[in-house]
Amino acid sequence: MSVRHSLLALLAGEPAHGYGLKSGFEASTAGTWPLNVGQVYTTLRRLERDGLVKPTGTGDDSRQTWRITPQGRKELGQWFDTPIPGDPPQRDELAIKVLLAVATDRDDIADMLQSQRVSTMERLQAYTRHKRRADPQAELPWILLLDALILQAEAEVKWLDLCEARLQKRKKR
Amino acid sequence: MSETRLLFDGASRTFGSGRTLVEALRPTHLSVDAGELVAIMGPSGSGKTTLLALAGALDRPSSGKVFVAGQDLASLRPRQLAVMRRRTIGYVFQELNLLPGLTARENIALPLELDGMRLSQAHQQADSALDEVGLFDLANRFPDDLSGGEQQRVAIARAFVGSRRLLLADEPTGALDSVTGEVVMRLLRKHCDAGHTAVLVTHDASHAGWADRVVFLRDGTIVDETGASPDATERPISHWPSPSSP
Repeated sequence: MSVRHSLLALLAGEPAHGYGLKSGFEASTAGTWPLNVGQVYTTLRRLERDGLVKPTGTGDDSRQTWRITPQGRKELGQWFDTPIPGDPPQRDELAIKVLLAVATDRDDIADMLQSQRVSTMERLQAYTRHKRRADPQAELPWILLLDALILQAEAEVKWLDLCEARLQKRKKR
Repeated sequence: MSETRLLFDGASRTFGSGRTLVEALRPTHLSVDAGELVAIMGPSGSGKTTLLALAGALDRPSSGKVFVAGQDLASLRPRQLAVMRRRTIGYVFQELNLLPGLTARENIALPLELDGMRLSQAHQQADSALDEVGLFDLANRFPDDLSGGEQQRVAIARAFVGSRRLLLADEPTGALDSVTGEVVMRLLRKHCDAGHTAVLVTHDASHAGWADRVVFLRDGTIVDETGASPDATERPISHWPSPSSP
């Protein structure tokens, strides 16, 4: 995840100081990736070095505020316009675990798949409970994020089903 | 203590005999309380539909007992069973839910009329059921003039109309897109939160996620269920990957 581009995106809305960027980031990503304020300042200094933001002096509360430069807007536009490559795939511990169990011919694979299925399903139920409680107007980012997590968990359950079906087919031969 | 709406007391169902004997459902214990939404998941042939048919008094167990609202289904005569199906149990299926020659209102009112209710009163109850699922304005539409999601909402309204408290649903979201499927699940959830009971057969994990409990069937046997410790999963979501360094 790019802190750099996230800060540019927030500054494209309006100039802000470091702490404001921290809370702005957490609000727009539903508080799921807490950002420490030190990280915000380090990133701002690097953005300034690259000519993408500029200090605008201090606000009423004597804190340093920052604004985005035209070059910064250009960089941000490119980030939004470029699809996430998704390649190489992220390392997936579950996939590795299942593949190793198959490669080493463990005889308890079916139990392993089932206990994972229950655990993933419980996670999915918890996400859904969060979604039920969320306000669709005021908490849209949170709901979108939960949708993503729910679909990822659903894909995991489907994959476990598929593993089980393929392993059974192999056993029958 | 919560009221038990549906109880499987060692109920099983076999088909055929001797060498061709198939155990569609092995002796099963399952108890579903008032206010609960339970999802049943499992591969095809695992016994999901058999379980639902036994719960709905559409089939009889080969051994063991099934209780609905405290009544042993085996102790009821055919007439009493028919009354149970009309008054206590509602069904929602993926397809063939509504009679095409009847309007939404008439579809919902039909089980009440069959039960001897006056037409005007049945229509009144149908209207309030339609209102509850947000379709009051479409009462005079025929099923063909409703979208798939609207048809399923009408089917749910019918399944809960009158005194019915137990809803049995077989893939009710099967033909719907994600957003419409979620509308249907929210509706089921709302009814269960208000004290109804629903048992939902689905292969769709994201819809099963709306349930209080997910029961897993394999080869006619309940092998697992979720929801043993809902508190453990209720902690704030805090195990996110941290942002990468700038």
